Amino acid sequence: MITSTAVAIAEARRGKLGERVYSGRSRAIFERGYIAFKSATWMVIVSGFVEPVLYLFAFGYGLGKLIGNIDSGGVSIPYAAYIAPALLATSAMNGAIYDSTMNIFFKLNHDRIYHGMLATSLGPLDVALGEIGLALLRGFLYALSFMAIVVPLGLIPSVWGILAIPAAVLIAFGFASVGMALTTYMKSFQQLEIINIFMLPMFLFSGSFYPLSVFPSWLQFIIKVLPLSQAIHLVRGLTLGQINTALLGHAMYFLIMIAIGLFFTTKRLNALFMK
Amino acid sequence: MSTSLVTARGLTKKFGDFVAVDAIDFDVAKGESFGLLGPNGAGKSTTMRIVGATSQRTSGDLTILGMDPEKFGPQIRAHLGVVPQQDNLDMNLSVSENLYIYGRYFGLSRKYLKTKIEELLEFAQLEEKRDAKVESLSGGMKRRLTIARGLVSEPEILMLDEPTTGLDPQARHILWDRLFRLKEQGVTLIITTHFMDEAEQLCDRLIVMDKGKIMAEGSPALLIKEYSTKEVLEIRFGSERNSSMANQLREMCERIEELPDRILLYHEDGEVLLEQIYSAGLHPKTSLVRRSSLEDVFLRLTGRTLVD
Ligand SMILES: Nc1ncnc2c1ncn2[C@@H]1O[C@H](COP(=O)(O)OP(=O)(O)OP(=O)(O)O)[C@@H](O)[C@H]1O
Ligand SMILES: [Mg+2]
Repeated sequence: MITSTAVAIAEARRGKLGERVYSGRSRAIFERGYIAFKSATWMVIVSGFVEPVLYLFAFGYGLGKLIGNIDSGGVSIPYAAYIAPALLATSAMNGAIYDSTMNIFFKLNHDRIYHGMLATSLGPLDVALGEIGLALLRGFLYALSFMAIVVPLGLIPSVWGILAIPAAVLIAFGFASVGMALTTYMKSFQQLEIINIFMLPMFLFSGSFYPLSVFPSWLQFIIKVLPLSQAIHLVRGLTLGQINTALLGHAMYFLIMIAIGLFFTTKRLNALFMK
Repeated sequence: MSTSLVTARGLTKKFGDFVAVDAIDFDVAKGESFGLLGPNGAGKSTTMRIVGATSQRTSGDLTILGMDPEKFGPQIRAHLGVVPQQDNLDMNLSVSENLYIYGRYFGLSRKYLKTKIEELLEFAQLEEKRDAKVESLSGGMKRRLTIARGLVSEPEILMLDEPTTGLDPQARHILWDRLFRLKEQGVTLIITTHFMDEAEQLCDRLIVMDKGKIMAEGSPALLIKEYSTKEVLEIRFGSERNSSMANQLREMCERIEELPDRILLYHEDGEVLLEQIYSAGLHPKTSLVRRSSLEDVFLRLTGRTLVD
């Protein structure tokens, strides 16, 4: 005998907001991700973590020797401490994008797994939130392990730096929800490459390795509007303890990204699966 | 209020300009076992998906358990167990994990699922494969797992789209037996199949669809009575001569169907008809008298055979 039946569980949500597309059970998708992950390859996870560490040592210490200190917000700081937050923000982005584009694209197009999920009392928003949640978990783990390396090296001068971890999760959330929304519109793996073509220059030019002030002001403006630059400024402000209202603006930017991404993802999943 | 669980009126589904389901009306009563029959492309699976609240209708009215699937998708699906035509198992998970996580999608407790999984593994005869990856299962095993998975939430309505395709005869009979028992417990079954024996065995009532429309509706016995004669004589003259012979035979019986390899003659008494044929000086190579089946109804209504 079922103590609490599927029907009773579903009925409990009657009349609640979004009941057409949401059953309040994205946890189940999360759980599925955890079970699948246990048996999946660890390499992807490990590489996502190693990459920023390699950059940190190659550039932060290698190049840092030549550069010495760098001026940020009127304070002179070691070069490695300047790029560390940028690398943290970038790895949050990369993890989230990888999960929400490649992984999701495969599941959408080559696996019939979402068909199975959506034949149950789950709704498309549960699936979207659950999948994005997994991308966040990955972003969180990257951020945590990166911090575990840079804090002992003294690269996080301010105690505000602890907030860089939730900030990384917020950033991952923004990228994951927009990434997933974009992926639902993609028709082939080739089209997915468009996202990657966009990501590398964004990484190189968003003020990871040097201040934006080296660029002409029109270019500075464009870069500042891009999400990675927003992310880097948010994390760097926290790790360097340069707290100001601009940081709230950056955080708002990601909240808006999350809302837009979720809206389109849910809409598209409905269209794709309720055909 | 009637006891109708599913009510469709003018139910229509278009893909672009193509009309896959063309303004069909039907009801499914509580506890009934309802069949959808029809040739490939008739619109059976499309109808099943709409009733399963995983596809949106283009027009018409549809209520399932008194609810409109467009507004109450998750709530309706909580009552359903769905076995789609194409398996959509989770390839990254093992057999038992597939059952477990599917139950979790419905929100069912771990404790409940622990015992339920054992029961379902036994039902699907997959106890030995419980830890195997789904990828490594044979086609029939996957099918059995998909069916078992559809039962995890103890659904009131079980929707089976060609459930026994790919099953060996033994597994088929076990499934039939299990479906009978579910029916006895009051579960409503909605089934599509290409096997006429299956439809005759399992369905209280069925609709025959073709090109998105309903051609006929009724119990298997009623349909046979209405659309066929009591008996059928199947004769063969050899593929070259079949069609020239058919013209001579036409007057002797109620209806005649020419198939590539044989001729079907519909008559109340097959033996009497065969006598007449012999006395007319015709000598078929082989002959067989049998009772009419749903197969004949199907042939009459759609002009097509199911199993060639
Ligand atoms: N997603 C879709 N997009 C476009 N056309 C579709 C789609 N799904 C089904 N169709 C078309 O609708 C018609 C009915 O398909 P459906 O799958 O319902 O047939 P069926 O009766 O289940 O056939 P079968 O016995 O082969 O399973 C077919 O002509 C099919 O090509
Ligand atoms: Mg079908």
